[in-house]
Amino acid sequence: MNALALATRGLDKSFGSLVVAKDIELKLPQGERYALIGPNGAGKTTLINLMTGMLKPDRGHIFLGEKDITALKPEERVKCGLVRTFQINTLFPHLSALEAVTLTVCERRGYARSWWRKLPAYGDAVEEAHAILVSLRLAASCYRPTRELAYGQQRLLEIALALATKPKVLLLDEPAAGVPQGESAELFSVISDLSRDIAVLFIEHDMNVVFRFAHRIIVMVGGRILVEGTPREIAADVRVRDVYLGGTRHG
Amino acid sequence: MTPFTLSEPQRHLEAQIRWQPVELAFWLATLLPFVFAPNYLVLASQIAITALFALSLDLILGYAGIVSLGHAAYFGFGSYTAGLIAKWGWGEPLTGLAAAAVAAGVLGYATSFIIARFRHLALIMITLGLGLLLAEAANSAGWLTGGADGLQGVRMWKLFGAFQFDLYGTTAYTYSLTILFLAFLLARRLINSPFGLALRGIRENAVRMPAIGAPSPAHIRKIYTIAAVMAGVAGGLLAQTTETVSLETLGFARSADVLVILILGGAGRLYGGLVGAIIYMVARDQFSGINPQYWYFWIGTLLIAVVLFLPNGVLGGLTRLMRLVRSAA
Ligand SMILES: Nc1ncnc2c1ncn2[C@@H]1O[C@H](COP(=O)(O)OP(=O)(O)O)[C@@H](O)[C@H]1O
Ligand SMILES: [Mg+2]
Repeated sequence: MNALALATRGLDKSFGSLVVAKDIELKLPQGERYALIGPNGAGKTTLINLMTGMLKPDRGHIFLGEKDITALKPEERVKCGLVRTFQINTLFPHLSALEAVTLTVCERRGYARSWWRKLPAYGDAVEEAHAILVSLRLAASCYRPTRELAYGQQRLLEIALALATKPKVLLLDEPAAGVPQGESAELFSVISDLSRDIAVLFIEHDMNVVFRFAHRIIVMVGGRILVEGTPREIAADVRVRDVYLGGTRHG
Repeated sequence: MTPFTLSEPQRHLEAQIRWQPVELAFWLATLLPFVFAPNYLVLASQIAITALFALSLDLILGYAGIVSLGHAAYFGFGSYTAGLIAKWGWGEPLTGLAAAAVAAGVLGYATSFIIARFRHLALIMITLGLGLLLAEAANSAGWLTGGADGLQGVRMWKLFGAFQFDLYGTTAYTYSLTILFLAFLLARRLINSPFGLALRGIRENAVRMPAIGAPSPAHIRKIYTIAAVMAGVAGGLLAQTTETVSLETLGFARSADVLVILILGGAGRLYGGLVGAIIYMVARDQFSGINPQYWYFWIGTLLIAVVLFLPNGVLGGLTRLMRLVRSAA
């Protein structure tokens, strides 16, 4: 196994009496693609919130590579190379796609503090942002305000913003949520084409997609990791089948 | 990088921030009062000062989405600073204005640490509280501020040692307009910079900002301080051109008025505060002659009408009209 890109140790989180994370030990090796699956309300999004610092864990630690990032703010974790996308579009409605991605690049390159030179003068940042949009096939509509983009394009822009931070670890929260099944394969082909320097953990409900694109699968139920294994192991696992066929609908 | 080597995306961004003919026309029109309304230069000067104040609010509200109900705190602080320095015997306008800028900036920087932690309703309450606090402090410190009687004995020297602040307001309007224009150039630069883009990011989606690695609180502290400086300069101008300072410069009514002015003109479009100040101040001047007690009745009606029918203010409405005309042609 490669060195770990991201790991958690003994992560706990409750909302009042509702336990949403219990003793989470997650290990994501460098360059791998892992899927995180589980029924609705299992705590998958919460786990991403904990790892990216949007929520504070009650207990436990988060490591990015060797570094303990538990005490870092969300933006500091991004600077270290840990980035996420959102299950529900969390974009900049009145900024064009180009502006939004350029903003992200400017923040990474440390330009966003400078207020004297005009934005277009930062040619390297604008070019880099444009190149990302081209690679995600968003170039044609990159000058339009985000809110005018088609839904599928907005899902791609979610990923473009994350990529513009040059992440080492990319956490994708249901990147294809709300996208018609035909288009979701296309979206995942974009993800599987990503550089192998990036470790990816994605949440997804469509099992065909999961089995096709994930090297390993982590199954979460009721705030706990039930089992982790290769797609073949997970497909054969009785407990997983119980969860998915035992009346709890996944959605 | 020279314009000849701009790439396609760069040219697109450049086109968005280029000076428009209508902007040049606007600034040329600000000179018209000298020719056509020489009796109204005192009013024109007050409009320029209010416009500067509204511009400073636009930087935080229109661009970074920070709602403030206490922005007069910085205006009034600048006003008293400039007024007191002149009263104590140093009546040189430009250094007095610089002192007002520094004082308001220090106050702005100090309070920005609280401001940067909150949003929405909490922010409104905190800015309101800060404004009331300062107004009450000024009221209690009558020995310093003159209390309800206002600060008396402010005597300004000639501008550049040559231009007296006269009764007709010629010097006052020239002075206020020049400062407004310089501040506008600065604001325009700032808005079109990477920092300005980050501010729009905060306004558009404060939740996403940390997730793209952006330190929003640091950005907010910076723009809040800059806006406070600008508000302090506006307040300083008022003290210097009217040679008095009243508690009203710090009051809640002034904070509310400037908010109304900005929303009336259109927030987040740089000229909104300027256009709003012209409409508001001219209308008040006209109506107050007829029936002053109805002023807020009309302003209330106007405000409701604007929010209902022109949600992006007068400027937003004009922009939409221009687009309609263009697409029809
Ligand atoms: N901020 C919150 N406060 C209280 N409960 C929450 C909060 N966020 C999520 N929950 C609850 O935690 C559980 C897990 O939610 P979530 O992590 O979104 O699940 P998943 O992404 O696996 O569908 C759900 O029962 C949800 O209602
Ligand atoms: Mg979820």
